[in-house]
Amino acid sequence: MDSNTQASKLVLYSFWQSSCSWRVRFALNLKGLPYEYRAVNLVKGEQFSPEFEKLNPLRCVPVLVDGDFVLSDSSAILLYLEEKYLQNALLPVDPKLRAVNLQAASIISSSTQPLHMLSVLKYIEEKVGPGEKLSWAQHNIEKGFHALEKLLKGCHGKYATGEKVYMADVFLAPQIALTTLRFNIDMSKFPTLSMIYESCKALPEFQASIPERQPDAVQLSCLYPRLNSKTTFVLPLI
Amino acid sequence: MASGGGVEESKKPKLYSYWRSSCSCRVRIALNLKGLDYEYKAVNLVKGEQFSPEYLKLNPIGYVPALVDGDIVVADSFAILLYLEEKYPQHPLLPQDLQKRAINYQAANIVSSSIQPLQNLAVLKYIGEKVGPDERLPWVKCCIGNGFAALEKLLKGYAGKYATGDEVFLADLFLAPQIHAAIKRFKLDMTEFPLLSRLNEAYEELPAFQDAMPEKQPDTPVEERG
Repeated sequence: MDSNTQASKLVLYSFWQSSCSWRVRFALNLKGLPYEYRAVNLVKGEQFSPEFEKLNPLRCVPVLVDGDFVLSDSSAILLYLEEKYLQNALLPVDPKLRAVNLQAASIISSSTQPLHMLSVLKYIEEKVGPGEKLSWAQHNIEKGFHALEKLLKGCHGKYATGEKVYMADVFLAPQIALTTLRFNIDMSKFPTLSMIYESCKALPEFQASIPERQPDAVQLSCLYPRLNSKTTFVLPLI
Repeated sequence: MASGGGVEESKKPKLYSYWRSSCSCRVRIALNLKGLDYEYKAVNLVKGEQFSPEYLKLNPIGYVPALVDGDIVVADSFAILLYLEEKYPQHPLLPQDLQKRAINYQAANIVSSSIQPLQNLAVLKYIGEKVGPDERLPWVKCCIGNGFAALEKLLKGYAGKYATGDEVFLADLFLAPQIHAAIKRFKLDMTEFPLLSRLNEAYEELPAFQDAMPEKQPDTPVEERG
């Protein structure tokens, strides 16, 4: 049931700006698992191409291909990686801390991220008004962050549940990175989460997983040569 | 099964649950399958009891379910189910095969991330207030329909008598409450979802599932009892 090496290379179908893809990239790096990156441009609708639909009828990223096994959904992929590749465990042994990690992951993947994905924001923009989608997104993100702040208060160390990076951090760091940028979240309200994020940012495994470093990243400086290389690009609301 | 006597009260796990909460229903099914006696603690979401200081201390996000097992408090249905699976190995909720386990996780997450959060009380309240009361049902049917379409595709290659084969596993615990709600509460037309319809019929034969359904809980309103 366990393996520290794999016969064939893992393949990850990913979009550079997708927070769900980012979680899996971060986890693969933490486990030291090399993989082939295959870009799926969600903005251009490549997830609807016949080739991609044949691979994944659910038409979403990320998708992991391990030999002849195809798996989508970031939470499922992370648990699969955790059960198959035992190095650098993403869940602690202690039952309480395991549960906290799973709960933190759920707060992000179930209670928060689905409420600010593009299709939902588009619905709110159309049905309620263009000004509403930002306040809706901020409300739900801050609700989740407040909950996480309380959940992790008693058990965090340098990272979410101690001195090692675990599943909670893998979900938390990309969520903080993307939503503070896209939705102007005031992270000063969340000192514990901010501290955890800074710890994750210092990890080379995290840095290698960031959107800007992916093969399909588009840099504004390429489009506008006069801007300096430190210019942050604006992410579309997806 | 929930009870008020027998095993010493303080030793039984306590489940904080709302009758209609599909997330609570998942855990109720698991407790029944594993033959675990538990104390049912009702949290009335409509009355806002999930925002009481006592409950927020247990579960900071203010949702149900939450499980108190001795001195351990676990909230979030997925976390609770994996906790139960590891502590009480009878009637395993996951197969041995890694790939089948992963498909169970994926099916569970399609329900818990793509469907349920978009049709819970808070979202329906928002849509009802900001868009209009008549908008809620079309919204719910759209979210559930999209999720069910995805599940039909995912499980096509894996289903047997149940979602991922001939034994009940984690995916079934997420599917049953969602399908039940879709049919009973939202009157979804299941014609496009033949596999899920068949699975629902299979779940209706299982006492562990039926005893966990919303109509049979201690806090089920009289007019909703089945």
